[in-house]
Amino acid sequence: MLNTSPDFKDNVRHAMADAGLQKALDRAKKPFALSRANAVAGLPEFEALRETAKGIKNHTIAHLDYYLEAFTSQVESKGGQVHWCRTAEDARNAVLGICQRVGARTATKGKSMISEEIGLNDFLAEQGIEPIETDLGEYILQLRNEAPSHIIGPAFHLNREDWEESFRAAHTHLPADRIFAEKRDIQAEARAVLREKFLAADVGITGANFLIAETGTSIIVTNEGNGDLTQTLPRVHIVLASLEKVVPTIEDTLSLLRVLARSATGQEFSVYTTFSTGPKRPGDLDGPEEYHVVLLDNGRSNMVGSAFQDMLRCIRCSACMNHCPVYLTVGGHAYGSMYSGPMGSVLTPAIFGADQAHLLPSASTFCGKCESVCPMKIPLTGMMRHWRERAFERNLSPATGRYGIGVWGFFARRPALYRAVTRIASWSLGLAGRKRGSFRALPLAGAWTRDRDMPAPEGETFFARYAREQRSR
Amino acid sequence: MNATSNDQRTAILAAIRRGLGRGALPADQSMMLHARLTAHPRQIIPARVARDHAGLVDLFIANATREFATIDRIEDRTALPEAIATYLRAQNLPMELAIAPHPTLESIDWSANPLLTTRFGRAAPSDMVSVQAGFAGIAETGTLMLPSGPGTPTTLNLLPDTEIVVLDTAAIVGPYEDAFDNLRQAGAMPRNVMLVTGPSRSADIERTLELGAHGPRRLHIVLVGADDRQGA
Repeated sequence: MLNTSPDFKDNVRHAMADAGLQKALDRAKKPFALSRANAVAGLPEFEALRETAKGIKNHTIAHLDYYLEAFTSQVESKGGQVHWCRTAEDARNAVLGICQRVGARTATKGKSMISEEIGLNDFLAEQGIEPIETDLGEYILQLRNEAPSHIIGPAFHLNREDWEESFRAAHTHLPADRIFAEKRDIQAEARAVLREKFLAADVGITGANFLIAETGTSIIVTNEGNGDLTQTLPRVHIVLASLEKVVPTIEDTLSLLRVLARSATGQEFSVYTTFSTGPKRPGDLDGPEEYHVVLLDNGRSNMVGSAFQDMLRCIRCSACMNHCPVYLTVGGHAYGSMYSGPMGSVLTPAIFGADQAHLLPSASTFCGKCESVCPMKIPLTGMMRHWRERAFERNLSPATGRYGIGVWGFFARRPALYRAVTRIASWSLGLAGRKRGSFRALPLAGAWTRDRDMPAPEGETFFARYAREQRSR
Repeated sequence: MNATSNDQRTAILAAIRRGLGRGALPADQSMMLHARLTAHPRQIIPARVARDHAGLVDLFIANATREFATIDRIEDRTALPEAIATYLRAQNLPMELAIAPHPTLESIDWSANPLLTTRFGRAAPSDMVSVQAGFAGIAETGTLMLPSGPGTPTTLNLLPDTEIVVLDTAAIVGPYEDAFDNLRQAGAMPRNVMLVTGPSRSADIERTLELGAHGPRRLHIVLVGADDRQGA
């Protein structure tokens, strides 16, 4: 569920003053870019695969109705059920209905962004069903009652001391004076605590990276194996998936998988890529007795045919945020949405409404790095620009900004006047700042000069200098 | 499916079709899409797997080892109990095995090594070491294909600290696509197909990679037989 996107500006201020967060961001910056670059360099076909991957998803979206129905009939033919859900509330109720029918008391959970999007954990807890996050990162966030700050590394904003503190506070059955000599000791404790939960759970809830229409299969991609334990041990497996996850065939999925892990963590392939097709078969010694797919729309069908249709290609790899100068400065929480960085700036207003999230598409320098690393070649900056235009048209953007753009627009439409005014401004600023070479403060630009100095112009405009140099040739 | 879900299905499909600016697909177009699903065409296959079978075996071993799996090679299955006992001794692990009830593993004379105790079936939470029958090895990334079935329970891949996968060397293929084609030939899509690349791990704590997150912390692969394709 969306919490604080409207407070984006305040969030950013807090994020930049948060020493722990800045430490975590500094630690991540270089490895994010380096690991992807190495993985891409290791596969000469990567660029060609991006084009293939884009084509597969475009084809799927152009026939989305067909592939969703094909997927559904395949799931049903294998003894599973698909629950079509228009809204977040419909999806929550579908999950609750299954849990209540089987008398579930606890539900283990693999990492799922859809679960975050529909606010499933709080809802289940209110209904007396205990949700237990089992991804290491999601688990500590649940202990700390925090939201994920990254779509695949949900707790990357935390530092080792945060982990130790939270585990000591939560695992009171263990000796209080135990020592975490290594990071692996923290991980081992989580493994032991969660193992009990896996074995006791009545329902396992996972997300899905892909749904395959050909076979009625859902796929999860993990490194820990928690998603596999979640979907294998309990009697009921519920898959949460938004409808754009569908892909036609196994072969199509393999092409997407070849770009997914490389773009995400820089691995050639994740440790566990698991294909689940229906419930336990006759003779099987393990696996769930029931298999459900909760298929969520939540605004996505309205993106089809809109300026934001290309966003439905997104495979949630996180490359865009891992390379975004804004994201890497403020972290994920500032966005106030489970979807952050460039993909979040485009998707959040589409799902939760531009009135809630119109500030996010402004959080971009338009450097274009996100597009250049997106394995699905999604035109992220173009779509952010589109949201900005809509916000302007709908009077959602702040008054001062609108006023400033209006003033600029007045001059920009009158080139002679524009040049005259900039000549005077440039000359007077150049004169006033000649001694120091820069300004510590400027009228009307206090917010800008608070954190940096404004370099003084040399006194001549670009146009004037260009004309002069042309003449002197 | 209940009535509400049916209504929602209708509403979602209508919204998608509105966006696409058309109604339900005409029959001829549906047929074309159906034909594509049935043909499931391949796309780009990385050139790194364009080599002979001995080359694929080398690539599989190199990639699996890089992902922290360990590899052992034996001539034939009669050598398996001894090879496993040697591995467990070197790792200082218990000699108790939970073994997949797969014909190729059941037919082995496990009593050949008196130190090993064996049990066939799914994994119990207390099991420390499992032995699984692998279906294919994918050289492209050093990945194992482990499908579920009555003889290959999924829990063996997940609960024990150490998983040992026994794989015919002849079952090593180049790209994922070849492994899935072999799986299709073997019958319907199994309930669960795990593609496993190395042991379980996490980098959630300060981005430091640690093995053994929730699944096995050791993945040991025993390749059986020579490199050629005979018996595949």
